[in-house]
Amino acid sequence: MTQYIIKKLLLMIPLLIGLTLIVFLILHLAPGDPVDLMVGPNVTPEVYENVRNKLGLDKPLYVQYFTFLKNVLRGDLGTSILKNVPVKDLIAERFPITLKLGVLSLLVSFAIAIPIGIQAAKYRNTPVDYLSMTFALVGISIPTFGFGLTLLYIFAYKLRWFPVSGHDTLLHLVLPVFTVGLTDAAVTARMVRSSMLEVMGEDYIRTARSKGLSEKVVMNKHALKNALISVITLLGMRMGWILGGSAILETVFSIPGLGRLMVDGIFSRDYPVVQGSMLVLGVSVLVGNLIADILYALVDPRIKY
Amino acid sequence: MRKEHAINKYSQKKMYRVNGYTGGHVLKSPYARGQAYQKLGQLEEIDVWDTKGDTEKGYTSTKWEFLRLLFKSKGALFGSIIILLFILVAILAPYIAPYSYDEVDLPNMLQPPSSSYPLGTDELGRDIFSRIIYGARVSLKVSMFSVGISLIIGVVLGAIAGYFGGVVDYIISGLTDIVWSFPVTLLAIAFVATLGPSLTNLILALALTGWTGFTRLVRGEFLAIREKEFIMAAKALGIPNGKIVFRHMIPNSLAPIIVLATMELPKAIIVESSLSFLGLGAQPPTPSWGSIMSAGRSYIMEAPWIFLFPGLVIGILVLAVNLFGDALRDTLDPKLRN
Repeated sequence: MTQYIIKKLLLMIPLLIGLTLIVFLILHLAPGDPVDLMVGPNVTPEVYENVRNKLGLDKPLYVQYFTFLKNVLRGDLGTSILKNVPVKDLIAERFPITLKLGVLSLLVSFAIAIPIGIQAAKYRNTPVDYLSMTFALVGISIPTFGFGLTLLYIFAYKLRWFPVSGHDTLLHLVLPVFTVGLTDAAVTARMVRSSMLEVMGEDYIRTARSKGLSEKVVMNKHALKNALISVITLLGMRMGWILGGSAILETVFSIPGLGRLMVDGIFSRDYPVVQGSMLVLGVSVLVGNLIADILYALVDPRIKY
Repeated sequence: MRKEHAINKYSQKKMYRVNGYTGGHVLKSPYARGQAYQKLGQLEEIDVWDTKGDTEKGYTSTKWEFLRLLFKSKGALFGSIIILLFILVAILAPYIAPYSYDEVDLPNMLQPPSSSYPLGTDELGRDIFSRIIYGARVSLKVSMFSVGISLIIGVVLGAIAGYFGGVVDYIISGLTDIVWSFPVTLLAIAFVATLGPSLTNLILALALTGWTGFTRLVRGEFLAIREKEFIMAAKALGIPNGKIVFRHMIPNSLAPIIVLATMELPKAIIVESSLSFLGLGAQPPTPSWGSIMSAGRSYIMEAPWIFLFPGLVIGILVLAVNLFGDALRDTLDPKLRN
């Protein structure tokens, strides 16, 4: 168990190196000279050189990468070119909003998907199954932002049940959370159904049935518990998806979250901001996966490697 | 975890497809024929034993049989008709569209659907219907190209990793795991941020992030076939590696590769429209369904038709491809069918 967790933690190292490399390279592969971007084209060569030195752009690439890593580890994510404030502060302001939305959406998604997936598997090839899977198929076919715009139009503009934008009260969060929650539930329900079906085909279920246990006991005690174990790994995966797509949701509902910060950074070519937000989003995806892996090991006693 | 299960399912049905090998080039020289028959003699046993169940259920032996089975499913029929329709619309866009996609008509801006503008107009008075028709080109082009490139990258890497194993496999698998760990949307945004927003860069971004599924699949397939007798026979006969991979191993893994490609298409369509919605894809005036909807966001109150119709169109196309993909998977993988 401890060994398993240590192994998972060690696996994070190459992932983090990969992530920091991608984030680091954004600045260096991006078209245009980063110094020009920061100081503008109309400066004396001295000022230009000065900025270039200060940024360490005159050093070889690998030295720059290590400097970047060192800064990141010290919590220094650079300064926003546009706003001239530390990127760290911008992120600290916006990340909680994104995280709150993500966690709530995930809860809604699983609260809907688990019962649906289980019922669909239990009543396989019956109208219950067909109906749930039709719901799921439609759900995975609708882009999140289209669904969000539709909800926004109906419930905020037409019916005026919810505010149009903002993120301060719970009422503000209802529409965005249900937008992601419902579309994500479609994906999750399909996965829950197939993992439940897989468990129902296992030998121990046949054994339980042949022991003469009632169908209810077989389902609730034997099948359900085992199926839920693999659902836990889904948690991490879906959290990653939700955070990765946060930019889209935040654009639909005009929420000043981290995803929006990143996209705005891309348009204003404020690369430190893009790098910082991408790094934080990427790390949270990885941490989400790690938490799911650890939960999985805690719940499933079979994992001992 | 899930992926591995899927791979196991696929590899289990490998054995009977080995039969198709009897027509292979190994049998052309008398010596090789003797060798191969020796090897295949053992195989025959496994074959018969392993395929019985599937052939009874009507496993597809010919193309026609396969198509008959595929289109027995209403989903496949409906899906393929819709997909064909979209392809036709994309090709014939200039002939079908009543207006050009960038025909600005300011006096007629934000018009609701009417007889002259079937789906209304946008903030510049451009016809939404025409823009949606031209948008089909963008959507199909981006999704097909990006999945196509992903497929090539993924199959090549997966084939190398699975066939050669060892250090090469270790490196490729590690790289795949790293890319796999991040959500496609986030990675695609990262690539677009690096390369700058444009349609070509979006295709590249999607291609460079979408290949991991193919690599994992092909690697798993190859690991499963690598030790099979017919590959050993081919190796023993001194057939070059490239030929073994392309003539024997890839054709044997083709079915799951095709299924995966079909499953990746709707994802690519959605990610394309999402990134275009953010402004990171098609640049104006090129109409992408996502970018039309982005304008619709600004005029959601006055002109809801701007976001509604492209959204519906995305939903219909993605649903059609999903239905087709599901049917294809069920037909090509009899294990999942009962």
